[in-house]
Amino acid sequence: MNIQFRESSEAASPLAVKTAIADCDIHPARATRAELYPYLAKRWQHHLEVYGVHAYQGMMEGPPYPKAQPNASRRDAYPPEGGPQGSSLSFMQKQLLDPHNVQLGVLNPLNTGQGIRNHELSAALCSAINDWQIDKWTSKDKRLKASIVVGNEDGLSAAAEIRERAGDKNFVQVLLLSRNVEPLGQRRYWPIYQAAEEAGLPVGVHAFGFGGNPITPSGWPSYYIEEMVGHSQCQQSALASLVLEGVFERFPKLKMVMIEAGFGWAPSLAWRLDKVWQRLRSEVPHVKRPPSEYIREQVWWTTQPMEDPERREDLFDVIKWIGWDRLLFATDYPHWDYDEPSRVLPAGVSDDNREAFYLGNAKKLYGIA
Amino acid sequence: MASLIAGGVDCDVHPAVPHLTSLLPYLNDYWRDQVTTRGMVDLISQSYPQNSPITARPDWRPGSGKPGESLADMQRHVLDPFQLSHAICNPLYGVQMVFSEDLQAAFCRALNEWLTKEWLDRDQRLRGSIVIPTQSVEKAVAEIERCAADRRFVQVLMLVMADTPLGKRALWPIYEAAERLDLPIGIHAGSAYHNPPTAVGWGSYHIEDYAGQAQAFQTQLTSLIVEGVFAKYPRLKMVMLESGVSWISPFLWRLHKFWRGVRMETPWVDRAPLEIVRSNIRFSLQPFDAPPDEATLIRLFDHMQSDELVLFSTDYPHWQFDGQEALPAGLTPDLVRKIMIDNPHATYPRLT
Repeated sequence: MNIQFRESSEAASPLAVKTAIADCDIHPARATRAELYPYLAKRWQHHLEVYGVHAYQGMMEGPPYPKAQPNASRRDAYPPEGGPQGSSLSFMQKQLLDPHNVQLGVLNPLNTGQGIRNHELSAALCSAINDWQIDKWTSKDKRLKASIVVGNEDGLSAAAEIRERAGDKNFVQVLLLSRNVEPLGQRRYWPIYQAAEEAGLPVGVHAFGFGGNPITPSGWPSYYIEEMVGHSQCQQSALASLVLEGVFERFPKLKMVMIEAGFGWAPSLAWRLDKVWQRLRSEVPHVKRPPSEYIREQVWWTTQPMEDPERREDLFDVIKWIGWDRLLFATDYPHWDYDEPSRVLPAGVSDDNREAFYLGNAKKLYGIA
Repeated sequence: MASLIAGGVDCDVHPAVPHLTSLLPYLNDYWRDQVTTRGMVDLISQSYPQNSPITARPDWRPGSGKPGESLADMQRHVLDPFQLSHAICNPLYGVQMVFSEDLQAAFCRALNEWLTKEWLDRDQRLRGSIVIPTQSVEKAVAEIERCAADRRFVQVLMLVMADTPLGKRALWPIYEAAERLDLPIGIHAGSAYHNPPTAVGWGSYHIEDYAGQAQAFQTQLTSLIVEGVFAKYPRLKMVMLESGVSWISPFLWRLHKFWRGVRMETPWVDRAPLEIVRSNIRFSLQPFDAPPDEATLIRLFDHMQSDELVLFSTDYPHWQFDGQEALPAGLTPDLVRKIMIDNPHATYPRLT
């Protein structure tokens, strides 16, 4: 995590050429609100000016839990030409892509059309974001790949957006957020999984989102840290729902990526699900195999924010239980809790595992040669 | 399998209230009349459907009635064969689901009276947990103080999914009373169902609710720690009951990392979350949610970096293990002694 102001820390790196990496969680931002307007019908531009987005939360602007930093982003990530962090391609290249030798960067736009109560607006905004990702980012830097953002609460229009983009090499995954109106295994979301499976695209589930539910099973907590730590609990509940509703059984070629919610919880969740499934499987006959098998075969995790044990090598036990072939390195650029590529893995990792962790797993999953 | 030793403390057994009518003798005239006139029905929580396989082990399931409603069965199934010195009774009757704080308070008081008369008075190995009406902090504190006069009540019981996160300041008088009266707070699996049972909404299945208990415990630990409960009440112990244990270390690694990153938001948290857990938080053994292999168990306990966190439990009559295999394979004799005897006694000052 990085909240200090560190000017040009990357440029000062002693290594001239670094090993190539994939960064599977980069957040591109709009420099201005109007930057999206060329991709939106006049009706929606007007709507946004008059009514705003009307989300499943109370604030017109900004999040209900104030972030730790402006825009939850690094203070050294403001582009020199102005605009919020993450809004400039040239500065992203200078600060992230070039110095870290990022060979594949997966864009996960936030603050899109997701989590909005007006589902028509949601679909229009998502489609606009997808056009904008091509125009501003992926068409200008071939290292970058986009995620198809979909109106999450309306499965049918979301599936239509996926089919519209299927085969377009600018996109490497479908993007959902973890907190929705219902747990992600519910039927209303199945058209999304069906379309993604048909298109051969993994579905990424990024932390955050608004679905109107209290963000703990015991009501609304007080602090930003509770929301942040709680993303791993939301992700676990979402994944449990996907398994127990039979989504993996029904869509056996579907691949899911758990993004920015840690991975240390995964073995425990899988063990617990297996144990209760042995007892209660008669309630869910559509779940035909032990839950851990679906998870092992169909789920990947991005690494940031990596769990940080006092004895760092303890993490190797957890990675071994998950599988070195299932982790995808991510920085979360430009957010403040960014993980620095050179510092996340303790010593003692084999060359093969290191390569898989930083690059190989991502290239294979996202079909990048 | 590790060998059980005699004289252990079972920190989580569940005596069942046979029916709401069983509480009538312990209600005053007004509430007795309310229950009968309005035709109130038995308060069975969705957390434990009576016939669900997890609610009772097949060989612990009685021919009729609810699993856990007979003292003779409990003696025959756990108290005698496990050679226990004590067992702590945690009633899971659905009183927390009631929305009226007055009704909830009347039911809690009746439940605690029922436990005293029908269980604690009838077997001297048994100890009790005080069930409290958390919707009214004032009434909850009054019930704690009333019951605490009886030293056989060794803890206060709350559900892990309540009306608000348990660290919220409004609840702190409960913790003040508990600390003052040498009562740990036991937080047990289960929901009042006043909020959806997951942080992402209502799932479809009982299995989902049950698996999701672990996530509820995780968010509560975050709440309790970052709100500053243990900075304010440093002697207070809390016991996570039926929480699972394999998630503890990875969860704390994450919480610790974020605490380091944003501790300016909660400056009153005066110690690292890992340290707070090691000094103030305990976990019951069952359900032991790790695979049955020794190598994994050894790594999990090593990750905890403490042999004081786990307290023995059978979770009677819930079906978490078969036969006498309450202890997972791979525990050393020293750790068995800590888990079964030393740790419970260090946690519950009233356990004598």
